[in-house]
Amino acid sequence: MKRAAGLVALAALPLGVLTVFFVLPVVGMLGRGLWPDGSFDPAALYDVLTRPRVGRVVWFTVWTSTVATIAAVLLGLPAAYALHRLDFPLRGVVRSALLVPFVLPTVVVGVAFRQLLREGGPMGFLGIDGTPWAILAGLVFFNVAVVIRSVGAAWESLDRRPGEAAAALGATPRQVFTTITLPALRPAIVSSASVVFLFCATAFGVVLTIGGVRYASVETEIYLLTTVLYDLPGAAALSIVQLLAVVALLAVSARVRRVPDPTVQRATPRPLRPRRSDAPQLVATAALLALLAAPIAALVAESLRVDDRWSLGHYRNLATTGGDGVLVVPVTTALRNSLQTALDATWIALLLGLLVSIVLTRRSRSSTERRVRSLLDGFFMLPLGVSAVTLGFGFLVTLGREPLDLRTWPLLVPVAQALVALPLVVRTLVPVLAGIDDRQRQAAASLGAGALRTAMTVDVPTVLRPVVAAAGFAFAVSLGEFGATSFLSRADHPTVPVVIFRLIGRPGEGNYGMALAASVVLAATTALVILAVERLRVPALGSW
Amino acid sequence: MLSLEDVSISYDGTPAVVGASLEVPDGSVVAVLGPSGCGKSTLLRAVAGLERPTGGRIGWDGADLAGVPTHKRGFALMFQDGQLFTHLTVARNVGYALRLRRVPDVAQRVERLLALVGLEGYGARLPGTLSGGERQRVALARSLAAEPRLLLLDEPLSALDAGLRERLAADLHDILREAGTTTLVVTHDQEEAFALADRLVVMREGRIVQQGDIADVWARPVDAQTALFLGYARVLDGAAAARVLGVVGLEGDAVALRRSALTVAPEPAGGGGPGSDLAGTVRAVRATPDAIRVVVAVPGIGEVDALASPSARTAVGQQVALGVDASRLAVLGRT
Repeated sequence: MKRAAGLVALAALPLGVLTVFFVLPVVGMLGRGLWPDGSFDPAALYDVLTRPRVGRVVWFTVWTSTVATIAAVLLGLPAAYALHRLDFPLRGVVRSALLVPFVLPTVVVGVAFRQLLREGGPMGFLGIDGTPWAILAGLVFFNVAVVIRSVGAAWESLDRRPGEAAAALGATPRQVFTTITLPALRPAIVSSASVVFLFCATAFGVVLTIGGVRYASVETEIYLLTTVLYDLPGAAALSIVQLLAVVALLAVSARVRRVPDPTVQRATPRPLRPRRSDAPQLVATAALLALLAAPIAALVAESLRVDDRWSLGHYRNLATTGGDGVLVVPVTTALRNSLQTALDATWIALLLGLLVSIVLTRRSRSSTERRVRSLLDGFFMLPLGVSAVTLGFGFLVTLGREPLDLRTWPLLVPVAQALVALPLVVRTLVPVLAGIDDRQRQAAASLGAGALRTAMTVDVPTVLRPVVAAAGFAFAVSLGEFGATSFLSRADHPTVPVVIFRLIGRPGEGNYGMALAASVVLAATTALVILAVERLRVPALGSW
Repeated sequence: MLSLEDVSISYDGTPAVVGASLEVPDGSVVAVLGPSGCGKSTLLRAVAGLERPTGGRIGWDGADLAGVPTHKRGFALMFQDGQLFTHLTVARNVGYALRLRRVPDVAQRVERLLALVGLEGYGARLPGTLSGGERQRVALARSLAAEPRLLLLDEPLSALDAGLRERLAADLHDILREAGTTTLVVTHDQEEAFALADRLVVMREGRIVQQGDIADVWARPVDAQTALFLGYARVLDGAAAARVLGVVGLEGDAVALRRSALTVAPEPAGGGGPGSDLAGTVRAVRATPDAIRVVVAVPGIGEVDALASPSARTAVGQQVALGVDASRLAVLGRT
């Protein structure tokens, strides 16, 4: 009874926050679509779903996400191997560098790709500017780090001996890979692929900035329907489709991930010096690095050019409101807003994430308790599956009027961003907390340590670094968050991604240049945060 | 025949194996015996092609194996903990090598091999559901399925508990003889080596210190340390050795005594009978199921172990005379 009460007490705050700031807005948003005039009208839903444009949008989302996921996995695997199984100079630097794209603000990635691929740009000869291929490239750029990270962590701690046993039984290196290594990596590959698919399918900033209105995914279509066409039933219908698809995807991936015997021998062997047979993987990694660096390089280079001369002019303009006063406040003010908002979002995400992780990882003593926990687990992961646009718009329609008028509440945007970052924080902390052997706590308790003392001795030292890492991630995600923020930030209090999007939407070389410069500044800030986190990081994510 | 000539292996400049030479004739079972960390597992891995020797030559039937990758050597390596593929069933584990080579009738062969190791009907189980001993049996069947030219066993029994180890050692001995497989086994457990091997190679601190027929090595350890490692209880040298050896008419600079080399002589009528110039005071008595083990302090020699008959009622502080069993001691050369 006492345990149950403790569980409820810990879960109360995250549950409350999630209910008010997530369930309520999303339900409100869906209500708008299904009860357009106060009465339930599923026919409207049917009408929307049978529109030819909706079919095209759904198909576009599915195929781009699928292709981008496959490409990200294929590009990520060799790099995961090279960066986690081999030992070579600058390995740590390359590892950190490859993580940067994942935390870059989506708007920045979009701008960078446009800069790279536009006519007259460094890779303009490809002629894919504004085509689905450019969108695909952007999605892969963004997500390959997910594959490298999660597969790499699994690979790094993979015991070498089963492979050696197979080789001693006559398996060629290729056969060892397909019959031993790949099955052991399958859970990691499947889960990273499903997360990548999820990210691709709900990508907003990248698709909107690269594809514009010509190529719309479900996510950007929701945005267009709500903000441009004011077709709320349409937007709600698409949101429902998206929500169902995401839940189905998570269920399927959980099934595929299941393996006959999940125990994998973890040993974290010493990384080896590269041999000649490792050359293809190393070359692939170098090529990937070059591919990922290209858009960033193009972005930085162009931001430094004014009228075909090298100049810091665009950066100086960041203190202004742009040509024709396109902005309400200068970019520098927006940057300050961004940092302040990110700071708030970080502590909120961290607080919620820690509580959620503790609730999820305490040992269950009964099957009911276990069931409650797994329900909570699914509930707290929901923000991952609901589009940020749906969330942002839901905020607008439910929290913007009585009884809950929070429009001017300064923490509105931070809370929304914290919810977007929450799954990432939880997923960083849960494995670490779950990895602590409960017997350590029991040993501490048996030596006379109280509950608090036990936590200080056993839990805190283990969790400290992952908490800092999670904070860094939350900060970076919040800095770049665009989907929800674009709905919620007030015109006189914008964040940098919102400002960038506004700038690239306006004609004039000056404004575009300012967008580039602002993108570089934002990218540099997030990259710095994430590189600092990298330095703090315990050697591997997946070794416990 | 496997032959190692002057093989050396080092990790980052730290030598693990230095100048090892040995041979494993076809059909024989050779055990490399040494304490943990002596480099024996490294040696085994080098034979398997998993470590590259820094010097010397590993050959098979005269052909140098340098540059031949593990999977082309035809040497099956069985790890200490089996290293079964946890995602495959027992049958698929055993049939792994057969499937690689696209051999026909995999299922039948697997059944035969499982029968050989005493695990009929276990084919559909997952390794996670097996006991330690069963897992080792599956690992053995999997290795034998590859029909290796040479079977490499890395501490095959040491992960098991004592009773199981004894049983499995006997089974393993019979299976290896039946299959006629040339085998190199490394172990730190002299009983395991004794139970499995025909020839013994003793390794210490990266060097081979002695090798030969197992009974010979046992009877004539090359030095005191080897004797102690082989299970001899005490080594005496100088005058002490001469006195003990003198009792049975032998000579030598040093002698290694097994725990049963000395026996408390039955109480003589007048005390201190002829030939019993070994006498001393009982310092400790410990009963075991088979015998009474005592520690006796002999003036001029020090404390020695001895066996007493359970009927003798030996007590601490008692004066006893000791007899010597020449078959339970080994004369050592100069150390």
